[in-house]
Amino acid sequence: MTLVLLAVLAWCAGWWINSRLANSPAAKTRAVQLLVPVIFGVTILVVWELLVRGLEVSLVILPAPTLIAERFASSLPILWQDFAQTFLKGALSGYIMGCGAALLMAVAVDRSDFLRRGLLPVGNFVAALPIVGTAPILVMWFGFDWQSKAAVVVVMVFFPMLVNTVAGLRETSAMQRDLMQTYAASYWQSFFKLRLPAALPFIFNGLKISTTLALVGAIVAEFFGSPTVGMGFRISTSVGQLALDMVWAEILVAALAGSLFYGVIALVEKSLTFWHPSQRR
Amino acid sequence: MKSFLAVLTVVATIVVIWYLACIPMNIKGVLDAAERAEEQVMPATAKERRNASALGLVAKNTFAINRVWSVERPRLPAPHQVAQELWKTTVQKKITSKRSLIYHGQVTLSATLLGFVIGTGLGILLAVGIVHSKVMDMSVMPWAIVSQTIPIIALAPMIIVVLYSIGVQGIIPKAIISAYLSFFPVVVGMVKGLRSPDAMQLDLLKTYSASTSQGFWKLRLPSSMPYLFASLKIGIAASLVGAIVGELPTGAVAGLGARLLAGSYYGQTVQIWSALFAAAILAALLVALLGFIERNVLQRMGMSA
Repeated sequence: MTLVLLAVLAWCAGWWINSRLANSPAAKTRAVQLLVPVIFGVTILVVWELLVRGLEVSLVILPAPTLIAERFASSLPILWQDFAQTFLKGALSGYIMGCGAALLMAVAVDRSDFLRRGLLPVGNFVAALPIVGTAPILVMWFGFDWQSKAAVVVVMVFFPMLVNTVAGLRETSAMQRDLMQTYAASYWQSFFKLRLPAALPFIFNGLKISTTLALVGAIVAEFFGSPTVGMGFRISTSVGQLALDMVWAEILVAALAGSLFYGVIALVEKSLTFWHPSQRR
Repeated sequence: MKSFLAVLTVVATIVVIWYLACIPMNIKGVLDAAERAEEQVMPATAKERRNASALGLVAKNTFAINRVWSVERPRLPAPHQVAQELWKTTVQKKITSKRSLIYHGQVTLSATLLGFVIGTGLGILLAVGIVHSKVMDMSVMPWAIVSQTIPIIALAPMIIVVLYSIGVQGIIPKAIISAYLSFFPVVVGMVKGLRSPDAMQLDLLKTYSASTSQGFWKLRLPSSMPYLFASLKIGIAASLVGAIVGELPTGAVAGLGARLLAGSYYGQTVQIWSALFAAAILAALLVALLGFIERNVLQRMGMSA
């Protein structure tokens, strides 16, 4: 009971600190803006830990954060193997192939107005469909190993990427294109010097959307069949064994991988599109 | 009109490519069947054909080409096979039948809608809190944004099993997965929308000495509608994916996800494809419905573009 009281206390304390910080004159500084969400996150972890211990919640329902951390630290080799199988082999290779193919396709489509008019609505339509559903088919075609996961990822990222790139390549104004023409720039010169840079914010938008989709695709495809390694495999088998601490550790890996992947793409975006209004501070 | 023609061309091209792809994909199965029927097949045994290239097989056995579109368990079913299966399992089956896609679709749809309503409801509430409380904004908003980069769908199997172990099953666990998948897009979109009135408009309301709640109902909420609908469309698609994935670990009882899983267990490719298309049609209908509501609401509010 005392633990539960402590949990309530911890929540109030965390909230109090945060409200003091948020309403203090220092709220605009970067340090505080980083500190407040961190305090919030830590508070949630502490409350979670105390409540699980205080109410003696069974391990089968919700393991305490310390248990998850322990499991995470003790099974690093397994987690790394799963990460390599699902992320490095499945998600990343599919991501590169899918985004690359979509980019090339977009450049090809962009040359013909007719194709663009036809492909954009179709692409938009397909991008909204539950494409994860193709996973069982692709697993059947490409086998249980990472190739089928990469294939699912390719299908998932292709259309969002295509739609974004095609939209981006339309970003230049007639004036800018005319200017290139007066310079007697060839198609490819004006493509690489004007239209591709102008399309970059859109391309990166597609790349960022695709990071999450890639991980989702690789993990969900493993639910339909996989070798005995991989994040999706580990999650579904650990759930079967009611080893929920392992599941949470694996989710932690997925969360870290997802946000790091996104972060890297966002960093690259920042360095390449520094001129865009959305990047100015 | 020109766009319509272009779309039609693209769709027709895709269908043609699909039909062509059936030839190399299904040729081995067709030749195996032909060999069993004691017909003359070019490399005579299945063993020799195993490592042969599909296109080479097609070239050597041109007689088999017209059969690749009507195999019973093809690797890639032809479009008309999928369409036939869809027709057979929707129109020609009783809705109560376990083989009716409408029955399975309705199972998935009900979980999707329940989850979507819960998720968007909570999402809008949280967004209102975030806009009006600086503490909540600074503490919760970064996490809501980070959560979009995380494949939270990985939680799905665990939620199903945990809820099952405390005695909750049926539609609720799937709805919860749908709810949290639609929750975050709605929060982020709604916060953006509620913040969209500019300083000038907010100042005007202040000179009218409008209270915070008046400002909310008369300015912030109406101007957030375009943003809300944009995120609702993302949310409903995410909800449907959530409901389908939520059906996987329960061991395939009912629903479109269950049809996918059962099809992949028993190699019923036509069934997988028809379930996939049913899911796609469902998603398209839901998004179109939201688009219709959006147009009407925005028109009534005088905001339609």
